[in-house]
Amino acid sequence: MADDFAMVEKTVRATLVDLLGLSRERVAAFDDTTPLFGSLPELDSMAVATLLTELEDRLGISIDDDEVDVEIFETFGALVQFSARKALN
Amino acid sequence: MANEQCLRFTGHGEKPAILLVPPLFDEANRMRRTLVMTMCTLSERGHASLLPDLPGQNDSMAPNEEASLDIWRAALADIAAREGQPLLIASWRGGALIDDAASGGIGWWRMAPLAGSTIVKTLIRVRIAGEKEAGRAASTEQIRALAQHGPVELGGNRLSPTMVDALDCAVPAMVAPLRTVDVADIGGSALWLRAEPGEDRAMAQAMAHNISEWATICAAG
Repeated sequence: MADDFAMVEKTVRATLVDLLGLSRERVAAFDDTTPLFGSLPELDSMAVATLLTELEDRLGISIDDDEVDVEIFETFGALVQFSARKALN
Repeated sequence: MANEQCLRFTGHGEKPAILLVPPLFDEANRMRRTLVMTMCTLSERGHASLLPDLPGQNDSMAPNEEASLDIWRAALADIAAREGQPLLIASWRGGALIDDAASGGIGWWRMAPLAGSTIVKTLIRVRIAGEKEAGRAASTEQIRALAQHGPVELGGNRLSPTMVDALDCAVPAMVAPLRTVDVADIGGSALWLRAEPGEDRAMAQAMAHNISEWATICAAG
């Protein structure tokens, strides 16, 4: 289970690198409290839309638009928790 | 395709020519510069290459609401037929939904192909995000309903009901011989996702080498 969680976290990091064009080193240093939406200019609401579909594809999950609110994108930790909840249940 | 531009690099010797089928819609804009770099490296390796504008895309004068997957497929078939030389077809992302139309290819190469329904889903999400920023509520159901009755603006394109329906059902066709690669095979990153377009020369060179290698294998039959 811990391995699965680590895999989800790794996938979320890789997706952020691809989507936002940030360096791997910078994204590797993200922790649970690193703010995302509102703090990374690259992550605007359009990029969020692409991020959702890409996470669905890479994690094999399906996200209803109803489940999406801004809190998911507030911090790196929140995004990983949300993704793990979807992927591991 | 008579009225559309086609970027062309020359080759030399006996190396097969490469027909590049770009990603669709906004992903094509994010990839274009790196695709041209890929063509440059292909040319250095002896491969001629072609990058056509799909009708209604890039610099095409055709209204994008008139575009359809069938029109794009016909355009690719026309190009392949008129080229009169063996072609390897290399497609990226949604380009894989139409690349089989270039029949008679010696082989196909696909990078990160995806289902058309995934493209529609992303485009609709982007539209909803845009509506919300403008202070308007929108849902997938509303936008899907609009898309049934007339052209709907999705990701900077006006897509006809025919296009949305066709994309919803489209999956990459079976073609052979086929090599499918992903970012992990090539190195670099998924440039087609970039919020801010970027370019990656090393990735372009790696893609060109991979395509060239596959073209040589296919040509040897």
